[in-house]
Amino acid sequence: MTAGKKASARFEPASDQSLLIYFDSQAKSRAPGRVGINSARPLQSGFTIEAHENVRRLLFLLQQEPIAGVRNLHPAYCSLLVKFDPLQWQHEKLERELRKVLARLHKVKLPAPRHVEIPVCYGGEFGPDLDDVASVHEMKPERVIELHASTTYLVYFLGFVPGFAYLGELPKELVTPRLPSPRKRVPAGSVGIAGNQTGVYPFETPGGWRLLGRTPLGMFRTDREGLSLLSIGDRVRFVPIAREQFAELVKGEVTWPASLRSSGQAEGEPCREKANDLPRNSKLGQGRGRE
Amino acid sequence: MSAIEVLAPGLLTTVQDLGREGFGPMGVSPSGAADPIALRIGNRLVGNAEGAAGLEMTLLGGSFLFPEPAVAALTGSDFGATLDNAAIPPWTSFAVKAGLALKLGPTRSGARCYLCVRGGIAVEPFLGSASTHLLSGLGGHQGRALRKGDVLKIGNAPQTGQQRTGKRACSAANTHESHRARKVAPKALAHLGPRKVLRVTPGPQSDWFPKAAKKIFYSSAYRVSEEANRMGLRLQGPAIPEGAHGGMISEGVSLGAIQIAAGGMPIILFVEQQTTGGYAKMANVIAADLSSLGQLRPRDEVRFELVEFKSAPKLLIEQEKLLASDDLVVET
Repeated sequence: MTAGKKASARFEPASDQSLLIYFDSQAKSRAPGRVGINSARPLQSGFTIEAHENVRRLLFLLQQEPIAGVRNLHPAYCSLLVKFDPLQWQHEKLERELRKVLARLHKVKLPAPRHVEIPVCYGGEFGPDLDDVASVHEMKPERVIELHASTTYLVYFLGFVPGFAYLGELPKELVTPRLPSPRKRVPAGSVGIAGNQTGVYPFETPGGWRLLGRTPLGMFRTDREGLSLLSIGDRVRFVPIAREQFAELVKGEVTWPASLRSSGQAEGEPCREKANDLPRNSKLGQGRGRE
Repeated sequence: MSAIEVLAPGLLTTVQDLGREGFGPMGVSPSGAADPIALRIGNRLVGNAEGAAGLEMTLLGGSFLFPEPAVAALTGSDFGATLDNAAIPPWTSFAVKAGLALKLGPTRSGARCYLCVRGGIAVEPFLGSASTHLLSGLGGHQGRALRKGDVLKIGNAPQTGQQRTGKRACSAANTHESHRARKVAPKALAHLGPRKVLRVTPGPQSDWFPKAAKKIFYSSAYRVSEEANRMGLRLQGPAIPEGAHGGMISEGVSLGAIQIAAGGMPIILFVEQQTTGGYAKMANVIAADLSSLGQLRPRDEVRFELVEFKSAPKLLIEQEKLLASDDLVVET
């Protein structure tokens, strides 16, 4: 709706070589109340979808028409971090340059979203937190799966590690805090939830999201153009698959999506048996990041 | 094409160059040398372009066999290197005769030592860089730390380094056999060496912290914990009082950001950093001091000194001038 209006943005230096642009006055200027890290308070609640779309528009423009000396861009829910060459730019000078770009934001037409379906085998060893999530919300695991797989999510941005997409928003009934302490190793392909977000771990990393299932798809592959399965702005749905289909996909006996998509949605039978390991288990990292 | 054979990999040895910038929208952090100053100087000593790929060793060095003659240099921390039983001091270049092995041991100073060879380490670039990104298993040599038996090709990197070394440049006649050893001028080295007082600018959430929290942060010594690697360095010391540590909306995070995690302990985000995060940032290490982070070992102590945003670029320009100076590298 605001496409006609000038986007209001606030600039903050983040370091001597980066600048943060916030598109929501609510987002930072006020210190938040005493909200614990594990609070189920929706993370997105502090900004509007309009603010997020302005992030995407600015990212789009800066990718289409790169500014010399701008080295990197980190989009997020309602902000964009711009990393620059400090020998070439200072904050004030770059802010002036970026404000010129902002004045053109309303003219940006974002590309139509891609729709991506991701097969997930829920429960069992693939989704060790499924039963806990179900009991927290006093529902059956089957209902958790149904809810998780019945929503179309938006890829707000990619961050944390290569190819990790922050998807929102979860149905209200599923909003669940992170694990009190993160796991040291979350297998690649794990599908988790945290707050009102959901996402897929592309690599074996540490992680504190509650795991509902696992996808056999590689989320970040160097043998694929574009590398990451998901990009900012994509729409995503999770499709429950049975353990056998998971195994077939892992072995490459069938390919996703053609064969499975056309056969309709598989029964949401949680995979409670042992299954093959993922082919792309990457090495263990000692991260400490909060994804 | 000549090569290096890994006889012993050391604790954690990876192929690194100056990293891959520009892939933040995919969640890919730049990676690259943890001490880029050391890598750049190492490349200059052997006559490479300063961004050529070298080997980054961590705390304990490896042993490397050179089947062909080569020109090499060691920079960064002193890992007690020997070649044919002769000690090789850091910050020097040296010729290696065919069949000799360069052996390194445990560090005698900081966390990382770089081995640069004339021609550079040749690996298939990933997103335009030879850097290894360990967490995702991408880039470098098969996306991982080196193992015994690995063979790394030495490239024919353009010798653009010569153009920048001015009158002291090695000439084309300066071949492996006739290589005249070069070293870094001690005076320059003293200015470029790692700092234990890290200069920082205020982080984007520094106002969220009460005055008392800032006072603790800037007046205390913090110890690098065992959890210190290329992703980040977790520090231990006086806890920063809870101000507004939770509940913030995830946003892009910059290299060297000092975020205050649950429990009030600072974490410095490093070269393999996550690209976004949800912790409040108290401060950010300035660009000129990022190389110092690469030399911090577990149990080292650091302090933080606040500098103004206006001063930080001057400090970087000073550093770059030194690095570009003709007098940086001298013949021994």
